[in-house]
Order: sequence, then structure tokens, then C-alpha cells
Amino acid sequence: MSSFLQHTFDGLVSGAFLALLALGLSVIFGMLRVVNFAHGACYMLGAVGTYLLLTEFGIPFWWALLIVPLVLGAFGMAVERTLVHPLARLDPLYNFLLTFGLTLVLQDLVKLRYGTTSSPYATPAGLTGTVDFGLFDFPAYRVFVLAFAAVACAGVWWLLGHTRVGMVVRAATERPELTRALGIDVGRWVTPVFGFGIALAAVAGVLAAPMRAVNPLMGADLVIVVFAVVVIGGLGSIFGSVAAGFGIGLVQAWGESYLDQWPIVAQTSVFVIMAVVLLWRPAGLFGREEAPA
Amino acid sequence: MSVATKPRRAPSLLRAASGAPPWLRWALLAAGLAVALWLPNGLYPAVAVDILCWALFAVAVDLLLGYTGLLSFGHAAFWGTSAYASGLVAIHAGVPFPVAVLAGALVAAALAVPIGYLAVRRTGIYFAMVTLAFAQLVYYVANNRRGLTGGENGLQSVPRELFGLDLTDAYYFYYAALPVVLLGLWAAWRIVNSPFGRVLVGIRDNPARARALGYPVHRYKLLAFVLSAFLAGLGGGLFAMGHRFVTLDTLHWTTSGKAVVMVVLGGIGTLWGGVLGAGLLVRLEDWLSFSGFEAVGLVTGALFVVVVLVFRRGLWGTAADLLRRRARKSVAPSEGDG
Repeated sequence: MSSFLQHTFDGLVSGAFLALLALGLSVIFGMLRVVNFAHGACYMLGAVGTYLLLTEFGIPFWWALLIVPLVLGAFGMAVERTLVHPLARLDPLYNFLLTFGLTLVLQDLVKLRYGTTSSPYATPAGLTGTVDFGLFDFPAYRVFVLAFAAVACAGVWWLLGHTRVGMVVRAATERPELTRALGIDVGRWVTPVFGFGIALAAVAGVLAAPMRAVNPLMGADLVIVVFAVVVIGGLGSIFGSVAAGFGIGLVQAWGESYLDQWPIVAQTSVFVIMAVVLLWRPAGLFGREEAPA
Repeated sequence: MSVATKPRRAPSLLRAASGAPPWLRWALLAAGLAVALWLPNGLYPAVAVDILCWALFAVAVDLLLGYTGLLSFGHAAFWGTSAYASGLVAIHAGVPFPVAVLAGALVAAALAVPIGYLAVRRTGIYFAMVTLAFAQLVYYVANNRRGLTGGENGLQSVPRELFGLDLTDAYYFYYAALPVVLLGLWAAWRIVNSPFGRVLVGIRDNPARARALGYPVHRYKLLAFVLSAFLAGLGGGLFAMGHRFVTLDTLHWTTSGKAVVMVVLGGIGTLWGGVLGAGLLVRLEDWLSFSGFEAVGLVTGALFVVVVLVFRRGLWGTAADLLRRRARKSVAPSEGDG
């Protein structure tokens, strides 16, 4: 029993990363109809940035958790203004291609400067111990990651559902023309929303730094898994992305621990689930079918 | 809705072919063949072989992207699967290399049936993401089946044999591979210019109307997907023969992306643009790695960003546009032939 809870907890923690990344991807897609291929690269930049703040400037984890998302969010806004926006009126595939090119550039820039070896990052002070839950102990840092990600997801949920900004974003997601016709300046929110989505990826990156190997390619294959996650949850569906993120994290963790003689099961489960969802509900579990394009 | 249609530009090949005078078409064909025959004398033969394989790959991707309006970001699954399959056939069966390549391409086409069946349920950006995800699934499976694929070590010492001819020299292998590639390119051209190809373009431009006219849209897309996978497989099989080993890289999404870069660089929906894009990109990467620059992705990625931002018609598309404009200026416009 306690080992099951252990695996479940591990699954929720890795699901937290998937959920944060899928959430950012979905927020951006909802507002801009852009699937950001560079999302994994932004996650990587978040982790590398955290590492650099410590090694180059001696800035510890807690400050990094504030600074890195802000800086990368600003970077995202600059990218939206200069690169993504000029393609906004064209087919969304062009922006997908653009962000693919950007991914190669960002990965190789980091590779060129810092090499491909993974760098360790010490667990932040105050979170080095374990938390005793009676039956079992969990590393305190992982408990923190899970709690932080859950709060962040709930925060975004509240932001979209209960604030004026959120209302505008939801309206612009559903009916952009109608929202404009009602006199709301939709264009004003596009850049901040893009930056916000990137900042969410950066948060995931900062949280990953003490847990996962920091290297230029850490986001390269992860972004494909996140794509599958949002297809499962329904691209653009906030709840679907978060739920599918945590769900896939759980499936992978259970697969890794109970079918450890077949590592292929855990690695490919997300894609197999995606195939089943496509057969059963092509729009995703929580997505709505759009007008046939 | 597709990349090729949104900026109102019909496939330049079809238009250019009807706009360009016949002598120019024949001249271009002759020039293309002359370059193909000369290539291994002007470049390293191994690089020339690479260009051949990638050209076929890019044309296969353009068959889907330019003429069916489907961006496959997972074609490495077919290129790589065929590379492994033809490598294995060549190692274990000892057949002439074109037979091994054909077998590999057939395996790739067979793999494309289930993947395509699922993927054509979505269009546009979803199609790209879904194909990407399935290709990653294939990648993990190949990485896991170490006994078959060699895992991280790859498949080593693939023989290339043709009725006892010695093809170890890449220079001679180039001329042995050229007919296979030309056949593949010819097949792509035939598909695009067949009634089937016209239906594909119709589906790309207006799927609802194609459906209303009674065309089984999904089945047409699936057939285009399988044919494209077969051609990509031909390229991948030759690539395995050309390098005499197969690595997991052939299945990675960066390989799919590279083919897409070639197509956009050459011009989406121009078919031959992919050949140009392949030649240019392979040559560029070779030159970069030869001069000791490690971050090849930095250059190709930046190049791609610029192309997508300001040069979306690509090389062939831009050339065809210029030609059309000049033709319109000098002669009275003669639309509607062809």
C-alpha cells in the first residue's frame, strides 16, 4: 500500500510539470491559435536560467523562482511582438514552423555556450528534508513542487474564471470577432497572454532545476509528450490540459514501477492513450469539436 | 485551410507549368538531369548521395503539405523505419540494394496505414502534432527493440550489393541510386498531375465541397499519406545504403523537421522546390560541420525563422512568380490552358 502511494505521489509530481507546460500551451493556443513548439525550449531556458543565476550571480532558488519567469515572460512578449505577430493573419501552421525554428536556435545557443553536459542543482535550503505523512516519507522538495504547481494551476483557473482579464481572454478565445465588435480591444491582450504562457513554462523549468538534469536538450523530447497531453485533454481546454497532465504523469509513474521489466510501456503510454482518444473523441476528452477546417 | 492556400497562391508547379512555354519546361528538365548527372563530380560523392535521399524525402513531404494541405511533422517515422527495414533486409537477405530499399519503403507504407488512419481525423495544426507524437512513439519502440535495431549503437555495416558490382565507392553508388530517386520523383510528379492529385488539391482548397461532391475525403487523404510515406521510405532506405549504417537519429523529430525546412525553403506546393531545398540545406550543413561549427541548428533554425517570416514562397515559388509576372508583361495573358 505504502509503495503504491509512493508511486502515485511520484506520478503526481511529474504530472505537475506536464500540467504546467500543457496549461501554458493551452492558454497561448486559446488566445492566439498558435501552438508554441518552443515551449520545451522555454522550459529548458527556465532551468538553465535558474542554474546560471546561482552559479554566475549567486542568486538562490527562491529569487530565481520570481526572476526567471518574469524575465522569460518579457522575452516571450518580445518574441510575440517581433516574430509571432507578423504571422498572426496567416495559417497557424506558419507560427508552428516559426517556433520550431526558434527551438533549434535556442537549444543550440545554450549548447554552444554551456555544452551538453548536465549540471546538478542543489535542493533549495529549507526543503532538503522529508515530510512525514505517517505511513510514508516524501522528499520535502517534491511536496513543494506538487503544492506549488497545484496552486499555480488553480490560480490560473481563478484568473480566467473570476477576473475581468480572464473574462476578456475567454471571450476572445470563444468568439474573437464578436468580442471585438463589443468594443473590447482583443489585440491588447495577445502579447501579455503569450508572455504569461511562456512564464508558466519558465516556472516549470525553475521547479525542474533541482530535480532533473539541467541540459540544453531537457525540453526537446518533453515538448512532444506535452503535445500529446494537450491533444488528449483537448487543445485550448484549460481544465483538460491540467487534468490530462496529472493523469498522464500518474499513468507513466505506475507503468514505470509496476511494469518496470517493460520500460517501453511507460515511455509510449501517452502516445497510445492519445491514439485511443483520437478514435473515441477526436477533439480530446474535454475539448469541443471545432467547425471542420 | 492549409499553409499553401491561406495566402491565395495556387500550387506554383501547376500554374508555372501552364504559364511557362514548353521549351522552358524541357530546358529545365534537361538542366536538372544534367546537374544530377554531374553532381558527384562537383561535390563529395557522399554529400551528393545525401542530397538525392533528402530530395526524395522533401518531395514526399511536399506531396502531403503542398498538395493535400497536411503538414506531417512525423515523417521521420517512415524515413527511419524504412532505413532500418532496408538495412535489416540487406544484412540478412543479401539481396541487391534496390530490392532492400523497396522492401523498406513497403514496410514504411504499411506503418503509414494505421498512423494515417488516426491522423487524418484531424487537420491543420492538430495533424502536425498527432503525426509528431506517433513518430515519437516509433522512435521509443526502435530505441527499446535493441536486439533488432541496435538501440543507441544503431545498425552497423549495412552491405550494398548490386549483382556483384563493387559499390563501396560512394561515387559509383551515387549513379546506382540515381535511377531509384528519379523514379520516385517521377512517381510524385505523376501523382500530383493525375486525376487523383487534382482531387487532393480540391480537398486541400475546399474539403467541404469535395465531400459534397461525393469524394471520400478521409480515404483520399489516407492514400496520399501512404504514398508519401512510401516515397519518404524510398529516400530513407537509400540513406541507409548510402551511409552503410542506421542510427536512431533517422527516427527523431529533428529529422522530420529538417524535411519540412527543406520544403518551405524550396517552396510549399512546388514539388521541385523540395529538391532545391534539400540540395541547399545538405550542402549548408556539410559546409558548417566541415568548417568546425558545431551549432548547426543555430544556423538552420535562424535561416528557417527568416524564411517563414519573409520568404514564404520559397526559392522555386519565387522564381515561378517572377517568371509568371514577366510572361504576363510580355505576352497577352493566356490563362486556362493546361
